Amino acid sequence: MNEHVKNVVPATTDLSRRSFLVGTAATGLVLGYAALPGIDAAAAAAPASFEPSVWYAISPDGLVTVTCGKADMGQHIASTMAQLVCEELGAKWSDMRVSLASNDPKFNDPVLGAQITGGSWSTMMNFDAMSRAGAAGRMALTEGAAAAMGVPASELVVRDSMIVHPKSKKQMSFAEIVKSGKATKTFTPDELKAIKLKTPDQYTMIGVSVPQLDIPSKTNGTAKYGIDVMLPGMAYGALVTPPVRFGATVKSVDDSAAKKVPGFIKAVTLDDKTGTTSGWVVAVASTYANARKAAQALKIAYDAGPNAKVSSQSLLDEAKRLQKLEDSGQFFVKDGDPNAAFGSAAKVVEAEYTTSINIHAPLEPMNATAEFRGDILHVYSGNQFATRSGAIAAGAAGIDPKFVVMHQHWLGGGFGRRLDADMMIPAVQAAKAVGKPVKVIYSRENDMTMDFSRPLTYQKVKAGVDGDGKLIAISHDVVSAWPTARWGIPDFLTPSVDKKGPLDSFTVNGADFFYTVPNHYVRAIKNELAHNATPSGQLRSVAPGWTFWAVESMIDEIAAATGKDPAQFRISLLDGAGKNDGGAQRLRNTLLAAMGLSGYGTRQLPKGEGMGVACVSSQERASASWTACVAHVAVAPSGAVTVKKLTVATDVGTQVHPDNIRAQVEGAALWGLSLAMYEKATLKDGGIEQTNFDGYTPLRMSQTPEIAVAVIANGEKATGVGEPAVTVVAPAIGNAIFNASGARVRALPITAEAVKASMRA
Amino acid sequence: MPTLTINGRSLSVDAANDTPLLWAIREQLQMTGTKFGCGAGLCGACTVHVNGEAVRSCQTMVGDVAGKKITTIEGLSAKGDHPLQKAWIAEQVPQCGYCQSGQIMQAASLLARNPNPTKEEVVAHMDGNLCRCMTYSRIQKAIMRAASEMRTASATSGERRPT
Repeated sequence: MNEHVKNVVPATTDLSRRSFLVGTAATGLVLGYAALPGIDAAAAAAPASFEPSVWYAISPDGLVTVTCGKADMGQHIASTMAQLVCEELGAKWSDMRVSLASNDPKFNDPVLGAQITGGSWSTMMNFDAMSRAGAAGRMALTEGAAAAMGVPASELVVRDSMIVHPKSKKQMSFAEIVKSGKATKTFTPDELKAIKLKTPDQYTMIGVSVPQLDIPSKTNGTAKYGIDVMLPGMAYGALVTPPVRFGATVKSVDDSAAKKVPGFIKAVTLDDKTGTTSGWVVAVASTYANARKAAQALKIAYDAGPNAKVSSQSLLDEAKRLQKLEDSGQFFVKDGDPNAAFGSAAKVVEAEYTTSINIHAPLEPMNATAEFRGDILHVYSGNQFATRSGAIAAGAAGIDPKFVVMHQHWLGGGFGRRLDADMMIPAVQAAKAVGKPVKVIYSRENDMTMDFSRPLTYQKVKAGVDGDGKLIAISHDVVSAWPTARWGIPDFLTPSVDKKGPLDSFTVNGADFFYTVPNHYVRAIKNELAHNATPSGQLRSVAPGWTFWAVESMIDEIAAATGKDPAQFRISLLDGAGKNDGGAQRLRNTLLAAMGLSGYGTRQLPKGEGMGVACVSSQERASASWTACVAHVAVAPSGAVTVKKLTVATDVGTQVHPDNIRAQVEGAALWGLSLAMYEKATLKDGGIEQTNFDGYTPLRMSQTPEIAVAVIANGEKATGVGEPAVTVVAPAIGNAIFNASGARVRALPITAEAVKASMRA
Repeated sequence: MPTLTINGRSLSVDAANDTPLLWAIREQLQMTGTKFGCGAGLCGACTVHVNGEAVRSCQTMVGDVAGKKITTIEGLSAKGDHPLQKAWIAEQVPQCGYCQSGQIMQAASLLARNPNPTKEEVVAHMDGNLCRCMTYSRIQKAIMRAASEMRTASATSGERRPT
């Protein structure tokens, strides 16, 4: 890992050390937080020769432009940030605009202290900061209006970008106040913290499905994604990637045939000291079509490296070997003593669960454009982790990260793929090598075979039940590559409870469920072979996408073994005892909502059909959105499964944008279905075998079942919705298959062959 | 140097005849509304119209479309107000939005010849277009909404037509 990367994430930023700045400038009113000391209100308000630290600006024409520090990959988070600001500011929605932040640290997430988008964290972590920013702006504008009108500020009413004095019928628009230069109030951190925000009964924007600000541009071709960047004098790069996912090196490049391609400039072999890529070559040409032709014409000899014989089977074999070792891994959960409890249990149920390698495959292939301008490296892309990706770009260029400016764009799908920075490296090194800006676009084949994939996982779960049918013990081993450990950022790792060093909690989150089980172990075991041969990434929902596959299947297996209804069994385990108080009850209520909406248990289903339940606390215990699913399936004698309907209920606390929540929950649930039934990548001779959408086959329209979504907004704090519904679907389907046919499937994706084999068994 | 007729304009492009139309449109003529997804005709992100038919521009060579009428998302309507575009906004279809130009162009070719499609006809016509955000149910709803609006508009204009 390159040395710049280690320290790029500062300690969590303390909001109390920040000051809220309000001032008027020629360009309008700017509002935001700035780290103290060093910047005062005057500096922030001055016409910008550097980017001021701002969350939004109001221009003299009254338009309010919110700068979004989160990556917008279709979750409409930029619009959500604008909505939060708008609520407290009192602006008219049609006056709101959004822009996407650069990697200036001033735009760091107020809680995370870095620019990273994931974990379904954005709304919950920015709700307070954006609300206070909006409220402070309203107060500054109100005081300015009071001074201009000569009336007490307390008598003014703010609404729809107007400030009105009802007694005198005087009024001023935000635009007029900004133009007057009278909005000058500055807030100390304490004043900012003391602002009394609206209570939910006063909301006029939060909870309203306002038109998403980005959508019109996504219906007429004008939305700009990273791939759409055009720079004067730019050349194009097409990648040649080796047959092995990781570990190959380039022995020689013969470009004699490529030289015959018109416009061919150069073949650049990457020298990647960040360790992100291995054995990559970029063919640079004046057009992208010719860069692709030149790439095909290159003759490259490789040393295939240490992973050239690794396959999916060898990864699984290694996982099984590691799991059997007494001293493997580290403990994520260690409550009581399951092994002792198994000794006294009346019944022990044991099972292995697996998931295959999965590929993100956002529809916009990876790309980046790099441009050296003076001392500054400009990088144009859509990326989820500007803080780290900027540092990787710097590492590729051999410069200090402070000289890198990241120009953010809309993301043509993220799903965790664009947390990574591999695309920066070919763009930067090609631009450096040819002395002009270079746009590198991956072919779909590059994109699929070089994905930082969801790792192949192997889980062993053992459960013990006492003589009264009570679940008394679970031990749960999770063996996988460690996606987040790969980042080399200690802050993202979690201390193990057995003090054996940090573990990657993004491989075991979810296994620390809200069921009351007195004896409970969860062990995180790193599959080093997989970690090296298939560098893994964070795929939408990350660990809960596999941990709940195991947990929620096993809970059903225990229910079946003890003759209980699986839904009622879950409810009995969600008793809210001890550390589970609060969360368990919310999850129970969510499960009941899904059961009610689906008609679970209310009618006899035809032969070969069944319903299955699952409930999850994704993403993490501390940031859970309580989510439950009832899947209704039909299983044919051939083992073929038809998903007839998915019913999903989710408790999000507070809903900012109800329609967006439904869109996200539906999309996430269909992702869950796609991963459960249709998506499988395999490794052979060290390389991913699937290269395009013929071999790797995400859900299509004809495979989309009916979906019903219930959103529970009970007034608790707003939680995230981009991911949790991904995780609940696969186990609900697996459990429904069992109820329909008696077949128990334990491997994802589910195949007709596996169902049929289990029916016979 | 081939000359292409795109959105009613005649444009010459410095590309060999065997260049995929996609790259000529996007990277040379810089009309970036048409998207690259797979390069193999498997995802539909690059869909444009050639003489009114939806085609995958990544599988269509520049030399084969000279003299033919090419329409991209930028030319589907004068002001982005084709009934499908309006329906896409009304149903708030796009998430990341990357596939949606192709989805809209694919849907437009259906409604141009079948103003009253069944759900099954919509699915059959749209199944080659991937949406990785999986906005499929909203796409269906928006197509039905647009079809309904187009039928209403043509019925209304029919009434007004002088006899």
